[in-house]
Amino acid sequence: MKRDLLLFIAFSLLIMVAPQFFEGGYLMNVLVFVGINTMLAIALNLLLGYAGQISLGHAGFFGLGAYLSGVLTTTYSLNPWVAMPVAAITVGFLAGLIGFPILKLKGHYLAMATLGLGIIIYIVFNETVELTGGPSGLSAIPNLQLAGIIFDSDVKNYYLIWGMALAVMLFSINLANSRVGRALRAVHDSEIAAQVLGVNARLLKVQIFALSAVISSLAGSLYAHTMTFISPTSFGFNFSIELLTMVVIGGLGSIYGSFLGAALLTLLPEFLRGANDYDIIIYGGLLVVMVMFMPGGLVRGIPALFRKVVEKVGTGHA
Amino acid sequence: MKYRFTYLVVSALLLLATNVFAAGTIKIGALFAVTGPAAFLGEPERNSAKMVVDEINRAGGVKGRKLELVVYDTAGDATKAVQLATKLIKDDKVVAIIGPSTTGETMAVIPVVEREHIPLVSCSAGSKITDPVKKWVFKTAQNDSLAVGRIYEYLQKSKQTKVSILTVSDGFGASGREQLKSQAAKYGITVVSDDTYGPKDTDMTAQLTKIRGSNTQAIICWGTNPGPALVAKNVRQLGIKTPLFMSHGVSSKKFIELAGDAAEGIKLPSGKVVVADILPGSDKQKKSLLEFVKDYQKHYRAEGDHFGGHAWDAVMLIRNAIARGADTAPAIRDQLERTRGFAGIGGSFNYSAQDHAGLGKDAFVLVEVRNRDWMIVK
Amino acid sequence: MQFDQILQYTLSGLSTGAIYALIGIGFSIIYNATGIINFAQGEFVMLGGLLTLSCLELLKLPLWAAIPCAIVVSAAVGILFERLAIRPLRQPTPINLVIITIGGSILIRGLAMLLWGKDTHAIPPFSGDEPIAIGGATILPQHLWILAITLIIIIINKVYFYHTISGKAMRACSYNRRAAGLVGIDVRRMVLFSFIISSAMGAVAGIIVAPLTMTAYDVGVMLGLKGFCAAIIGGMSSGMSTVIGGLLLGVLESLGAGLISSGYKDAIAFIILLLILFIRPQGLFGKADSERV
Repeated sequence: MKRDLLLFIAFSLLIMVAPQFFEGGYLMNVLVFVGINTMLAIALNLLLGYAGQISLGHAGFFGLGAYLSGVLTTTYSLNPWVAMPVAAITVGFLAGLIGFPILKLKGHYLAMATLGLGIIIYIVFNETVELTGGPSGLSAIPNLQLAGIIFDSDVKNYYLIWGMALAVMLFSINLANSRVGRALRAVHDSEIAAQVLGVNARLLKVQIFALSAVISSLAGSLYAHTMTFISPTSFGFNFSIELLTMVVIGGLGSIYGSFLGAALLTLLPEFLRGANDYDIIIYGGLLVVMVMFMPGGLVRGIPALFRKVVEKVGTGHA
Repeated sequence: MKYRFTYLVVSALLLLATNVFAAGTIKIGALFAVTGPAAFLGEPERNSAKMVVDEINRAGGVKGRKLELVVYDTAGDATKAVQLATKLIKDDKVVAIIGPSTTGETMAVIPVVEREHIPLVSCSAGSKITDPVKKWVFKTAQNDSLAVGRIYEYLQKSKQTKVSILTVSDGFGASGREQLKSQAAKYGITVVSDDTYGPKDTDMTAQLTKIRGSNTQAIICWGTNPGPALVAKNVRQLGIKTPLFMSHGVSSKKFIELAGDAAEGIKLPSGKVVVADILPGSDKQKKSLLEFVKDYQKHYRAEGDHFGGHAWDAVMLIRNAIARGADTAPAIRDQLERTRGFAGIGGSFNYSAQDHAGLGKDAFVLVEVRNRDWMIVK
Repeated sequence: MQFDQILQYTLSGLSTGAIYALIGIGFSIIYNATGIINFAQGEFVMLGGLLTLSCLELLKLPLWAAIPCAIVVSAAVGILFERLAIRPLRQPTPINLVIITIGGSILIRGLAMLLWGKDTHAIPPFSGDEPIAIGGATILPQHLWILAITLIIIIINKVYFYHTISGKAMRACSYNRRAAGLVGIDVRRMVLFSFIISSAMGAVAGIIVAPLTMTAYDVGVMLGLKGFCAAIIGGMSSGMSTVIGGLLLGVLESLGAGLISSGYKDAIAFIILLLILFIRPQGLFGKADSERV
C-alpha cells in the first residue's frame, strides 16, 4: 500500500516537472492528448482489465461527454464547470440503464453489443443536426476558466488535464486495492464463484460500467473545452478500437499500463511520420504481435523481457 | 597541418553557405488528409502542392529565396490536425499553413492559428470557415453556396421549381444540404424531399424509390465518390427520368469511370479544370489551368482535379504574397488580404478585409457528361 | 403508399440481405467450429472483389476464370490468417481473440490499401445492366445472380454439413469440441477447414456484390458488421435461420430508409441487433442456449 503511494507520488512529480523540458514545444500539445487518452484508457481498463468485461463502444461515452458539454456551453450558455458534471452524471445514468441488459451478455456477444451501441451513438451525433451541428461539427466551445485563468494554451491545459488524469489515476489505484477491487477480480475469474462468495456480480458489473462511462465522459468534456471544436468523426468505431489497443498494449489490469499504452499510441504517429501510408499496417501488426507475444502488455512484458536478457547474459558469462 | 587548415576553411565556408541558404529558405507548412476517408482530397492536394513548390524552386524560387514545404498527413482526423498544426508552428516554425483538407479539420485548427498568429489558407469548402471573417484564415476552395447557386440558377431558367435532395451524411454532404435548403426560397424553389445516405452505403434504391414517388422535377445528389456513382446507377436501374444533378465533389474522370453509362446526361457545377481545354480563349484562368493540367500529367501521369487545384492556388497565393515582399507571418497575412485578380485553378481570387473566400460565381461552370466526357452547359 | 414502392423496397432489401446472409454464414461457420467471432470476416468480402478486379485487369483472365481464382486466393489468405494469428495464440481467451481478429482485419485492410490504392473500383456486371421490370419494380440482372448464387451456396452448405464426413465432423466440433476430439476428429484440422470455407464464402459475397456496389480497400468493415447482425438474428446458425436473418435485416433496412428515415438506416440494423441480444440472445429462431447468456 505504501509502495503504491510512493510510486504514485513519484509518477505525479515526474508529470508535473515534465513541462520544464518541453515548454512551448509541440510535444506539449501531444502530452495534453496523452493525458486525455490516459483517462480514457484507465476508464476502459477498469471495465476490461479488472471486471473482465469488454467494450467496443467507449468512444460513444467519450463523445457523449464532449457533445453534452459542447451543446450545454454553446447553445445553452451554461458555465463549463457546471456542464461537465451534468454531462458526467447524465452519461453515468444512461450507462447504468443500458448496463443491466448489456452486461448480461458475455465475451463476443458483449463485444458486438457494445460495438452496436457505439455505432448508434455515433449515428445520433451525425443525424441530430439541429442540436450537434451534425457532420460539420460544433465550434466555438468555450475554454475552461478558473480564478481568472483561461485554459487556452497547451501549458495551461497540460496542468489542468493532467491534474484531472492524476486524480482519476489515484482514485482507480485505490479502487483496485479496495474491497471493490478484489470483488471485481473475483468476478473476472469466475462470476459464479464470486456470486457464491456473496458478491452481487451483476450490480457490481453495472456499477463499474457506469463509473467507466463517467470517467470517459469527463475526458470528453475536457477534450471539448481544450479543442473548442468537435465533430462526430473523433468518436467513431475506430477510436473505440484505438482505446482497446491502448489498454491491451499497456497491460490489462494495470493503471500505469494504461498510461504506457495511451502514451505509446498517442506518440506512435510521431515515430511513424516518415512511414506515411504504412502506419495502418504497423498499427494492425502491433496489435497482433502484442497479443501473440506479450499478452500481459508492456507493463509486464518489458520486465519479463529484461529478466530473460539478464538471465541469458548471466548464463553466457558462466 | 596544411591539410587540416584547408579542411577547416572549407567546412567553415560550407557552414556559412548552409547558414545563408537556411536563412534564405521560407518554410511553409501543409496539412492534408492523405490517408483516411478524405484521402480523395488529401492525395491530389499533397501532390499538387509538392509539384508547384518544386516548379517554383526550379525556376529560382521567389525573390531568390527557395520555398520549403513541410507536409503532414492528418488522416482526416480533427485531433491530429490540431496537433500537427501546433507542430508546424512550434517545431517547424513555418510562416504560413496550407490546408487542412476538410471543413471539420479546418474548424478545429482555426483557434490554433488565430492564437499563434499564423496565416492559414484552407483547402476546404465550408462557408463557415471564412464567414464570419477571421483575421488569419483564408480559403481557396469555392464555397458550397456558389455551387448550389449555379444549379438553382439553371433550374430557375428552365422553370423547374420542385427538387429532391439526396446528400451524404458527412461534412461535405451536410454543408451542401444546408445550402440547398437555405437558398431554395431565393430562387423560388421548394425542396419536396430531403434524404441522406451513409458514406459507406452500397445501395440507395430505397431513398430513390421514395423520391420517384414524389412529384419532383429534379434530383440533386451531394456527395463524393463512390456514393454519387451508385446513385447514378440506381437511378438508371429504377428507370427514373427526372434530370439528375450532382455536386462539384464528383467533377473528375473517376466519377464517369465508376458510373459508366449511368453518368450520361448528369449535370453538375464544376471548377473549370476539367474543361480547361474547351474553355474560350478569353477566360482569364485558362493559362493557369492548362499549366496545372500539363504539370500534373507530367509529374504523376494522372489527371489533375480541382481538389489538387485548391492546394495549387494556396501555394501560388502565398508565393505571390512573398513576391510582394512579405516574408514573415504577419506580412504574408497582410499581403494575402491584398490579393486582387489572381486567376488560379479555382477561380479569380479577390481577397479583402471583408472577404477571405475571394471567389465569385464565375468560379463554377455547369457541365454535363456526354459521351464519357465533360461538356459546358450554356 | 403505393404497392410498387413497397415491392421495390422489398426487392432491394432482399438482394442486400442475401449478401448479409452470405457474410453471416461465414461468421457462424467459424464461430461454431472454434467459438471465435472473426472480426476479419468482412475483409474477405473486400478481397473477393479486389482480387477479381486484378484477375480481370492484370492477368486479363475472362470472368469465369477470374472468379475461382479470386476465391482460391482469398481462401489462401484465410489459411495464412488462421496459421499465423489464430493457431499460435498462447492465451486464446475471448478478449484476446477479439483483439487479434481486429488486429488482423486492420492488417489485411492496410495491405490491400497498399496493393490496390485508396480509389474505388468498378467491376463489370456478369451479364449486362439492362433493368428488368417485375410488377412496378425494377431490378438488375446482377440481383438475380446474387439471389441464385446465394441459393446455390446454401444448398452446397447443407449437402456438405449433412452428407459428407468432414462436414459431419465439423458439426460434431460445434456441438462439443472435446468429445469430437475424443472420437478421433482432428479438431485443429476442422478449425482450419472452417477458416477456408468462410473466407471463400466471404470472397464469393464480395465478388457477386462488387458489380453493383463497386469495391475499395475499406468496404469490408460495414458489410462485415451487418453480416454479423444477420448471424445474431439467425442465432449463429450456419443454415437457413441466418439466411432469413440476413434477408430480414436487408428488407427492414430498406423499408426503414424509405419509410422512416434514411439517416438512421444503419442505426436500425444495430438497434435490431441490441434488441435481439437483450431479448432473444439465442436468435429469432433458436432454442434457448445457456452459453450465450
